[in-house]
Amino acid sequence: MKREITCIGCPMGCLISAEVENGSILSMSGYTCPRGEIYAKQELTTPERAITTLIRCAGATPLSVKTASGVPKAKIPECLAAIHAAKVTLPVKEGQVVLHNVCGTGVDVVATRDISGSWLMVSG
Amino acid sequence: MMERQLDLLIVGGGPAGLAAAIPAHDAGCRDILILEREQHLGGILRQCIHSGFGLHIFKEELTGPEYAQRYVQMTLERNIPYQCDTMVLDIAPDRTVTATSPVHGVQVFRPKAVVLAMGCRERPRGALGTPGTRCSGIYCAGTAQRLVNLEGFMPGKRIVILGSGDIGLIMARRMTFEGAKVLAVVELMPYSSGLKRNIVQCLDDYGIPLLLSHTVTDIRGRERLEGVTVSKVGPDRKPIPGTEIQYDCDTLLLSCGLIPENELSKTAGVTLDRATAGPVVDQHLCTNVSGVFACGNVLHVHDLVDNVSEEAEEAGKQAAAYVAGTASDVRLVAEVEDGEGVRGLVPRRITGTVTAPVKLMFRPANVYKDAQLETLVDGEVVATRKARIFTPGEMVTALLLPKFLPQDGKCHKVSMRIVQ
Repeated sequence: MKREITCIGCPMGCLISAEVENGSILSMSGYTCPRGEIYAKQELTTPERAITTLIRCAGATPLSVKTASGVPKAKIPECLAAIHAAKVTLPVKEGQVVLHNVCGTGVDVVATRDISGSWLMVSG
Repeated sequence: MMERQLDLLIVGGGPAGLAAAIPAHDAGCRDILILEREQHLGGILRQCIHSGFGLHIFKEELTGPEYAQRYVQMTLERNIPYQCDTMVLDIAPDRTVTATSPVHGVQVFRPKAVVLAMGCRERPRGALGTPGTRCSGIYCAGTAQRLVNLEGFMPGKRIVILGSGDIGLIMARRMTFEGAKVLAVVELMPYSSGLKRNIVQCLDDYGIPLLLSHTVTDIRGRERLEGVTVSKVGPDRKPIPGTEIQYDCDTLLLSCGLIPENELSKTAGVTLDRATAGPVVDQHLCTNVSGVFACGNVLHVHDLVDNVSEEAEEAGKQAAAYVAGTASDVRLVAEVEDGEGVRGLVPRRITGTVTAPVKLMFRPANVYKDAQLETLVDGEVVATRKARIFTPGEMVTALLLPKFLPQDGKCHKVSMRIVQ
């Protein structure tokens, strides 16, 4: 299958074309530096994204969270649904794991801020 | 009315204000006060829940709240006094600062030095000249970001974004994650000023189209926004008739640039620069008003918060030195001018005896491929640097070495230009 991706290594944004079959790269062209080649190989075979989003907490400001590392790109919608459905008890501390092993990815979801137990909906 | 003498007053408790307070304290300046108009320290980073901050300063990728918290923590550990929910109303040229807050009422401060760290604000619809009705549903992207990420409200369900700066791109993904449909990101220029990484990971990943050389030419809706018309623009940036595309949407987000917030700088008598819309400063971040320093987005709009922290650190050190009476000499030795392809060089002035390299920052005026950056002193090229690309989205930092600046008591002209 023919695929085209934009390199994110630098502002050049080289367009990289590749022939990919069953997760292996048959041919690849368009990258112009070693960083681009490394990026393209990863992006074409095992693309990953770290997710940052919110968990709603009743009566409080939303809790900002992140996946501790990248999850497979194809699993983003599934992971988002699981994170958004997670229940969190206040107080929460930055760095606290709020969801273990999201969707079997082996990646934890952690809080990126503190919310105290006595949070009042006044200011964000 | 309360009136208080103090050493250093910092206006703004965001990344710049905190990063200025910490080194000032560490340099021995203990009579500091940070004034913050929000109810929390941390500034705009509190609502920037995405990651990508801190790679330079902390050597790891942090989210906005995490980056802010590190500086809040350093401020708290030092017991540096701060007062939130406090709005500064006026700074007089003699550095008298008038502020107001619900708890303290009107307060007057007479600090020995002031650091301006008020940040910037978004260019609103009124400044864009976009035609159409004045219905609800039109937000600046950063306002929408605040509503969603801090206050927990969704501004709408079907969204068009005008402007492809990083805030617009980040919001395209954020709104998608929260269940909205982002129909398109529309950009007037033939290139995006956002990072490639954000175009790929915020738009391409979710199949959101980026329409370059397009703009919004009509806004429809009586009470609430019902739709927008988007047209292609020519090289003159004027809409081309017959290219209209209709979008049915309930929300239009504007990500059309940031403006340093300098109303207070003006009342203080600080001279502003036309290109950056921020104060004219020397390499020590000192403005034309003695004892008044500026750093962060109030000085010029940065691309990375790491650069803000670094700049603010210098402002804090210099403000502390000013308070201690050890400030460097402010005799003008060079004026800095933008050359071809270079916009908004900071600092504009070089003062005193230059012994360390002077860090100059600017934004390229356009996209230049395989180009060369040249530094000129009195019209002579003294240094060159090649790059594969310069784009307006990424700030350029260049060092001017002391050996290139004649120390002969005269005022020299320094400039930079991009040649292809």
